[in-house]
Amino acid sequence: MSAAPATIDATTTDWKPTMPYKGRVGVLALILTESAFFSIFVVAYIFYIGKSLTGPYPKDVLSMPIINTICLLSSSITIVLAVRALQRGSIRSFGIWWFVTLALGLEFMTGTAAEWHRLIYHEGLSIGTNLFGTTYYSLVGLHALHVTVGLILILLVMILTMLGYMNRNHIERIDCFSWYWHFVDAVWVVVFITVYVIGR
Amino acid sequence: MAGSIEHELTLSADDLRSLPILGKVHEWVVTVDHKRLGVMYVAGGLFFFAIAGLQAMTIRLQLAMPNAGIVPPEVFNRLLTMHGTAMVFLVGMPILTGFFNYLVPLMIGARDLAFPRLNSFGFWLWFFGALLLYFSYIGGDGLYGAGSAPDVGWFAYAPLTERAFSRGNCTDYWILSIFLTSVGSTATAINLIATTFSMRCEGMTLTKMPVLVWLSLVVSFMMLVALPPLSAAQAMLLLDRFLGAHFFDTQAGGSAVLWQHFFWIFGHPEVYVLVLPAFGFASEIIPVFSRKVIFGYHVMVAASCAIGFISVSVWAHHMFSVGMTPAGNSFFALSTMLVGVPTGIKIFNWLGTIWGGKLRFRVPMLFSLAFLFQFLIAGLTGIMLSVVPFDWQLTDTYFVVAHFHYILVGAIIFMDFAAIYYWFPKITGRMLSETLGKWHFWLFLIGFHLTFDTLHFAGMKGMPRRIYTYQPGRGLDTLNLIASIGALVQGIAVLILIINVVKSLRSGEVAGDDPWDAWTLEWSTTSPPPEYNFATPPVVRSRRPLWDLKHPEDPDWRYE
Amino acid sequence: MTISLLAGTPIPAWANDWGMGDSNSKIPPSSIFNPVSTPAHEIDTVAFFVISITAVIFLIVAGLLAYSVIRFRTRPGDDGREPPQVYGSNPIEFAWTTVPVIIVFVLILVTARTIYVVQAAPRPPGALSVHVIAHQWWWEFRYPDLGIVTANELHVPLSDPHSPTPTFLDLESVDVAHSFWVPRLAGKTDVIPNKRNSMWIDPQVAGTYLGQCGEYCGTEHAMMLLRVIVEPRPDFDRWATAQKQPPVVDASASHGRAVFESTSCVNCHTISGTRADGRFGPDLTHLMARETIGAGVAMNTPAHLKVWVNDPSVMKPGALMPAMNLDDKDLDDLVTYLATLR
Repeated sequence: MSAAPATIDATTTDWKPTMPYKGRVGVLALILTESAFFSIFVVAYIFYIGKSLTGPYPKDVLSMPIINTICLLSSSITIVLAVRALQRGSIRSFGIWWFVTLALGLEFMTGTAAEWHRLIYHEGLSIGTNLFGTTYYSLVGLHALHVTVGLILILLVMILTMLGYMNRNHIERIDCFSWYWHFVDAVWVVVFITVYVIGR
Repeated sequence: MAGSIEHELTLSADDLRSLPILGKVHEWVVTVDHKRLGVMYVAGGLFFFAIAGLQAMTIRLQLAMPNAGIVPPEVFNRLLTMHGTAMVFLVGMPILTGFFNYLVPLMIGARDLAFPRLNSFGFWLWFFGALLLYFSYIGGDGLYGAGSAPDVGWFAYAPLTERAFSRGNCTDYWILSIFLTSVGSTATAINLIATTFSMRCEGMTLTKMPVLVWLSLVVSFMMLVALPPLSAAQAMLLLDRFLGAHFFDTQAGGSAVLWQHFFWIFGHPEVYVLVLPAFGFASEIIPVFSRKVIFGYHVMVAASCAIGFISVSVWAHHMFSVGMTPAGNSFFALSTMLVGVPTGIKIFNWLGTIWGGKLRFRVPMLFSLAFLFQFLIAGLTGIMLSVVPFDWQLTDTYFVVAHFHYILVGAIIFMDFAAIYYWFPKITGRMLSETLGKWHFWLFLIGFHLTFDTLHFAGMKGMPRRIYTYQPGRGLDTLNLIASIGALVQGIAVLILIINVVKSLRSGEVAGDDPWDAWTLEWSTTSPPPEYNFATPPVVRSRRPLWDLKHPEDPDWRYE
Repeated sequence: MTISLLAGTPIPAWANDWGMGDSNSKIPPSSIFNPVSTPAHEIDTVAFFVISITAVIFLIVAGLLAYSVIRFRTRPGDDGREPPQVYGSNPIEFAWTTVPVIIVFVLILVTARTIYVVQAAPRPPGALSVHVIAHQWWWEFRYPDLGIVTANELHVPLSDPHSPTPTFLDLESVDVAHSFWVPRLAGKTDVIPNKRNSMWIDPQVAGTYLGQCGEYCGTEHAMMLLRVIVEPRPDFDRWATAQKQPPVVDASASHGRAVFESTSCVNCHTISGTRADGRFGPDLTHLMARETIGAGVAMNTPAHLKVWVNDPSVMKPGALMPAMNLDDKDLDDLVTYLATLR
């Protein structure tokens, strides 16, 4: 064979590629693997319900984080609005909605921090107290870690927007990132149901 | 030039050769080229193959005689842990990753993987994870003071791994190094999936991809789903060991069996992740050396996907003696037997490919034929193990050790060797010596069978796994001696491979673009390929584009 | 060092085997295909069945492979033309999918049946109960109905196949995961902390059966050995009665007993009737009734006892019993005392 690559006349093929954007496939793959990771912690949580040898027990110390949940789930809506604004080319609207998303995410994190402070210092529940403590802090903490990573990326984009670097050509990447953010919110729904509904 | 990847360096081969040594090393360290990274993965894997192989030979030396005093039990337990851990994560995984890295873009007519920098990131994570694991020999401390690698077995059952029973930090080295390499593997899996879905050349629908590319897709999905359970369990173990959590702390109500479930939910798909690439190699090599198209392409693809799906439901067949309910045991027996069906179908399809062909017994084909026989036997001993009551005798004995080495060595390493002999010409532009290759093959074959055929019987005579010695008078002496001699023979064979590679890199016969008269896209470009892979992106119309070019009177696309 | 190629002939060991080689040679090898108890018999039967099926499959497929390798090799002087390209065949694919599925169907039925026969066997009212407690790296046996505590060597009564008297074992671990395995009697059952498992045996041939721990449990996993001594009922009853007796009090060993009671031995070991009531190590009340010491690492002789007590890691490196480091006189007297505990 010569060094020339093998091709045949292009007109004889009947398939022109309409393949998905690689970033989209990548973020979906990431979501798949992260779901598997979270599932193990959810399984451990459910497995250990009712198995703690000592207290405090969930029904004694847990209070439903309604405000945090509303904020986090709303941030999914605001990020959609931001993406739509960017699609239209309205950088200013994008910046506003993006900022609101950031603020809502930060509220969720501070709310979680406050909740943990109460549980540790006033209720005496830490990760080593009993099986409830172990599974609660690890599951909620893992989710909070993912929120934190998301917030860092949101902040990065916020800074870039304020410095004037954002334009509508970035729409694909911002949209892919927003899928990660939606995933984080969906995981919160699962965590909320597992910990505050089933687990009590 | 055509193509859409960002390169800062486009040096020709001549330019590279004129750089000083440091320049050359720098080239390799900063590369994002899938071909370079592929070579680095395979080279790294072979390096640890040599190290873990020496560890295995030490194990066999100790077990050659009863009550031998070659190594004390502490050292032996570290050897068996490191041998197993290294062979899975530092040999099996990087070699498969390396070959997929190298071949997938070439086979689908792309210029690189979807995310080249992520590719590099994944490699270096693997590399540093590997170094971290072996650094434990210097930096780790365990029950017996400093200089202690992990000694908890490659599957690290709880609560042996809890602080109470594994003092010091040697277990932490096991956890952290594997955690790192797993993140690297996950990155590669994401990369391969995105590449396969988004970067195929014109004309290459999913059903025109080579079987190897399908297998890389299945393997990548399996890695995405199977690696997280291990990482999650390891994170939980770290929390137990460092923050006083109780995931696997049986004294606080935790469950030791939960670790086993999580580990094997990873562990079983992991062994399919390791073996499916071997199927990919076989599906490319056997047709070329039989001079026939693969028999039943659609069934091969369907069977591969089926194996991927079913393999995530069989994990507890590693736990039949744990005390699950009869119903639970029966379920996992059934799923395990079922996964044997698509696996067997693949063997039959390879047989169908050979049947009616014109076989050429070059070295890649020799390894592939041995693979077929050995994988058949391994599958059948696997069926024996799926019969739960029989497993109650065989589990945790040398029968299982023999079974999984039949897969890991007899199937996977044999096909890794086949792949090396088959694609070395493409990667380096030179052929490996056929004579040395045949010596390598026959010695390795003899050594392999000496060791692992006999170990089946040691297991059936009552020899459990992971024992640093056995007493005389148990009837195990001769079997173990023969097995140990086999290990020595395999070691010599691998030495011949190393000599072959070194010699051929310097003075091997020049290969040309297509030394094997093959049919997939990687053989359409130069050996080695230019950095951009193809001068113009290929356009294809069938699964064997080069067959179409070589046989314009009888092209594949008429029959597919 | 002679090497014998006859399977089973012992090869002289490099290190001291403390008499175990000779002792083991007198006991038939612990092959899974030499069952003497119902669970092991059931397994042997189903094993033979599956081996037969897999052997047939192997002969057919390997035969076809071998045939094709020979028949379809490129002959010298071949014209170099490509053979006919066959892309597949739906009928053949269907056939070689259906046959394996049928084989799976048959196998799962046979497997499930044996699982239930062994695992779900009812516990008859007259069955002997033994509570097995696994430690790193020895076995504790308690007979709750008989009030006996012993270690490492399990005595059970012979069972008559026509009116079986099985022994049911309840398995627990105090530390890490272990596994109870005596191949000629039953498959292995794991012994896991915080989990209660149970198994049963009904040995139908008297004798001694060798086994060992079947789950990696740390440094001395390899030497966590088991002996099961199956005796006809009268002999078993005699043994049980002897076990229930208080220990022999031999005046000539009184200094040794004093050494024992004033050293840390009492923290780990129990000798009934003395102030030693430790639970961490084996019960020594009837130590000399056992054939081996150190969970099977050495034959039970005064000379070996002396080595063990002085420094267990000579025989079993990593054993959790510390070296007692007694002076020679105390050591000799202590061993003399231990040798009286029949």
